[in-house]
Amino acid sequence: MTIISQQVKRNKTYEGILQGVLFLCGSLSVLTTLGIVVVLIFETIAFFREVSLLEFLTDSQWTPLFDDKHFGILSLLSGTFLTSMIAILVAMPVGLLSAIYLSEYASTKVRSWVKPTLEVLAGIPTVVYGYFALLFVTPLLQTFIPSLSGFNAFGPGIVMGIMIIPMVSSLSEDAMYAVPQRLREAACALGSSKLQVSLRVVVPAAFSGIAASFLLAISRAIGETMIVVIASGQQPRLTLNPLVPIETMTAYIVQVSMGDTPTGTIEYKTIFAVGMVLFLSTLILNLLSQWIRERFQEKYE
Amino acid sequence: MSEQGGKIQYHFIKMRFLLLALCLLVVSAEKTAWSASLIKVDGSSTVYPITEAVVEEFQMQHPKVRVTVGISGTGGGFKKFCHGEIDISEASRPIKPSEVALCRDNKIEYIEIPVAYDGLAVMVHPKNNWTGSMTVKELKKLWEPAAQQKITRWSQIRSGWPDKEIHLFGPGVDSGTYDYFTEAVVGKEHSSRGDFTASEDDNVLVQGIATDPLALGFFGLAYYESNQDRLKLVAIDDENPKNGKGPILARSETIMNGTYQPLARPIFIYVSAKSAHRPEIKAFVQFYLTAGRPLVQEVGYIPLKDKVYDLALNRFLKQTVGSVFLGQGSQVGVSLETLLATEAKK
Repeated sequence: MTIISQQVKRNKTYEGILQGVLFLCGSLSVLTTLGIVVVLIFETIAFFREVSLLEFLTDSQWTPLFDDKHFGILSLLSGTFLTSMIAILVAMPVGLLSAIYLSEYASTKVRSWVKPTLEVLAGIPTVVYGYFALLFVTPLLQTFIPSLSGFNAFGPGIVMGIMIIPMVSSLSEDAMYAVPQRLREAACALGSSKLQVSLRVVVPAAFSGIAASFLLAISRAIGETMIVVIASGQQPRLTLNPLVPIETMTAYIVQVSMGDTPTGTIEYKTIFAVGMVLFLSTLILNLLSQWIRERFQEKYE
Repeated sequence: MSEQGGKIQYHFIKMRFLLLALCLLVVSAEKTAWSASLIKVDGSSTVYPITEAVVEEFQMQHPKVRVTVGISGTGGGFKKFCHGEIDISEASRPIKPSEVALCRDNKIEYIEIPVAYDGLAVMVHPKNNWTGSMTVKELKKLWEPAAQQKITRWSQIRSGWPDKEIHLFGPGVDSGTYDYFTEAVVGKEHSSRGDFTASEDDNVLVQGIATDPLALGFFGLAYYESNQDRLKLVAIDDENPKNGKGPILARSETIMNGTYQPLARPIFIYVSAKSAHRPEIKAFVQFYLTAGRPLVQEVGYIPLKDKVYDLALNRFLKQTVGSVFLGQGSQVGVSLETLLATEAKK
């Protein structure tokens, strides 16, 4: 009896310790995020003591490192917007169509091969994608568009799109696969073709999941760093022309961090102000994606 | 993908040198008994490759002497030098008045020794068939701070050039090359327009200019020479007939004979007069100015004339302290030979 109760007691202690360890592991990522946010907030406040919010949001130039200093985030935002839009224009149709194929048309055998292969794309290091854009895609595009600069938004945008295809296709496919078989059967019984079933029944039914996958993919594209650092150039420019060198928010942060920027200077604080804008844009997209998923989810019970 | 390979290798080599320097530092800290035969060098990253090459050869002959080479930049090097922390300071420009004062306050005397020339090349894409040469005035118009967002098309620089956008490339604001270019062209150190692709990595600049028909950029001549087939050099005209008429291309000869102006500069080492008495420092500096001559070319810089090396060596052996530039800092378009020869006659 005492042996058993001792055993129980010991088990309970182990359980307690284990629970503590697990809690620590879980809280680690939460605490890290909190730490990052706090640092961002403090440094950003310090930045806005020296630069007005109005200038930050309306000036058309971004040149904090030079004599004639300007702090217009729009030049960096337009670079990020441009590359992300090109990426999503590539990833959306290709990702969605491959999701439809995998979920509705492909046999189980094909699906079991193609899906993991697609996901390999997501495992390629982004530095490889970066040089792929710089040394292969851009020169290839230059044969069609002679006015394309060596550094530009177009090539890296396309490559970034290829990189996020698996994100779109995999998440959308999961959403479509989860649509109950009964809906497809009902549509078929009414005489619909396979294409009609796919486009008019399955896709609308899985809309929330598909939209959420798009938004997550956009947020991934906004945060992408290595590809644009390598292949997009380092010149902040307020433009929507994809053929000239630009600079994204992430590339700017890298550029400043590579030099010897003394702590506490305005150049140093710009890193955090830009980081804050970057953080806010991906946060908003992630929240939006979560909201869409919950708000528009179809329930079949 | 050879570009990438080359770059990785370059970083790897750089890292290896840093590690080596670090190891030497650690060793030097532990074995104080060796401090007598330890030479501490620090300063410009532009001079670093030459010193590094010289040190490597020097240590083969004098394995007992340890040499540490840092890269704090010209300004950082002088700061340490004038506080008596190092024996030799590397500099990509002559000593500035503020540094002269700092050294004086700390009673540090120095011997100035030129070691090589470095040229800045202005380059365009090989398909650019309109820009054969540019005047310094045109370069100034293009690069001065007032040009920001205003001078954006080729036709604005010289009428007759195409009405197309110009894409600019240049070294980042932390590099001595940027400082010298702005001093020589804009007239004020560290002052230029901000809307160009600025990178501390010269390979990025090479790639940018080599793949963009509308590009113009500048960087050290050494990088042009290893990419000659992908870039087109622009001849520079300083409109001063005294040092060569008309536009002049950056070549070893034109840099050595002083006609490629104002984009060629001498680079230096400064030896502390106190340290100069030590035998290992004497041996090192003599080695630098004799056996080091062929190494200068090997690492991509332009050697001085033999006569200038001799004058410089003489200066060191005579322990002549002070700067031939009279402590005025960066000066554009001066002949080292004249300066040193005049001094020697006195």
